[in-house]
Amino acid sequence: MGTNNMLAFALFSVISVASGLYFHIGETEKKCFIEEIPDETMVVGHYKVEMFDRNVNDYVPTVYGLGMHVEVTDPEDKTIMSRTYAADGRFTFTSHSAGEHVICLHSNSTAWFSSGQLRVHMDIQVGEHAVDYSQIQAKDKLSELQLRIRQLLDQVEQITKEQNYQRYREERFRQTSESTNQRVLWWSIAQTVILLITGFWQMRHLKSFFEAKKLV
Amino acid sequence: MFVNVSVIDITSTCRTQWNSFVLGGMPLFGTELTFELPDSEKQCFFEQIEKGVQSTIEFQVITGGQYDVDMELTAPNGQTLYKDVKKQYDSFTWTPDQTGVYKFCFSNEFSTFSHKVVYFDFQVGEEKPLFDQENKQATAMTMMESATEDIHSSLNDVIDSQTHFKLREATGRIFAEDLHARVNYWSIGETLIILMIGLGQVFILRSFFTDKKTSGMPIHS
Repeated sequence: MGTNNMLAFALFSVISVASGLYFHIGETEKKCFIEEIPDETMVVGHYKVEMFDRNVNDYVPTVYGLGMHVEVTDPEDKTIMSRTYAADGRFTFTSHSAGEHVICLHSNSTAWFSSGQLRVHMDIQVGEHAVDYSQIQAKDKLSELQLRIRQLLDQVEQITKEQNYQRYREERFRQTSESTNQRVLWWSIAQTVILLITGFWQMRHLKSFFEAKKLV
Repeated sequence: MFVNVSVIDITSTCRTQWNSFVLGGMPLFGTELTFELPDSEKQCFFEQIEKGVQSTIEFQVITGGQYDVDMELTAPNGQTLYKDVKKQYDSFTWTPDQTGVYKFCFSNEFSTFSHKVVYFDFQVGEEKPLFDQENKQATAMTMMESATEDIHSSLNDVIDSQTHFKLREATGRIFAEDLHARVNYWSIGETLIILMIGLGQVFILRSFFTDKKTSGMPIHS
């Protein structure tokens, strides 16, 4: 058991390469992703950053203290998480209010301006997708069927939460539309009244002006 | 892939087995991201795909301008697999015939001032099984197990539909909120213009009849 574990960790450190989706950003650039999620939803993000090495003409895993600063903003534009992680990092947060959360990444490079390009492997999983079922199976000693049922329960719970959030958003949409309707009505009336008043004022003013000038 | 190597005790047989390539709970077969694409810019994403693994890319523009974006999918040898301009929504499935890095790019270069928010869903291969199947004999599934598999696949479809509805609703709602604000600004602007024109007309007219003593006289015989 002991040697197995040791081998496991050794293998893990060697095989721990990240593939998956990646994109390029400049060293001083910031990249943001938007997640619109209901409340009490867990979001897990995985990233791995590599730096372009001119000597090798390829992207190499960084060795000198390059990390990524991760910032998460909630729908009210309040920062709920702002931390710097290493070149290979995993961050988690749970939303406390429903709405648009923005996850921003930028490297902690101190260069003022730079031509260095970074390759960032990125993966963000939300809600039920973020759950680690192998861990749950090991912890609770569940059989296959039980684990599958647990997964189905998580999925259904996520669907329910999303539906509730959808209902709230639709109501907001409807309120906005009704408010726009009201605004258009009141502004039209107001503008018509202002037009009439302006017209009357013009005529009255000009009449008294011409009477004063003895033209009328 | 992020690879986790862990050891699981099978209590029934008290044997220690290797579970290799059990993913750390992340079904990395699918990535969905929503990002903002500023005007006159292009954003590319890359992924290493093996030959023969069926993949799907699906994207939708949520906010911005005419809700359109250019998309281009390129194979490792430079061949363009998919290229279309000014699309609001599309879905493309293909089976790669070569192993390598596939690149797909979203371009907003045709727009000068509207930045777009783009959602995409990139799926590679099938969903990884919930448990490691390597060390198990392939036994036929019981009725319960196959029923739960069906339920799981149906729930996946439900979640997919939900995502589509959510995106469409977001598009409509953001536009409505924008309209709400714009009605106010434009109305205030128009009111000011009406007042300015009203006052301006009067004072310009007055200026025709003043200052020049001679021109102010009525024409009479």
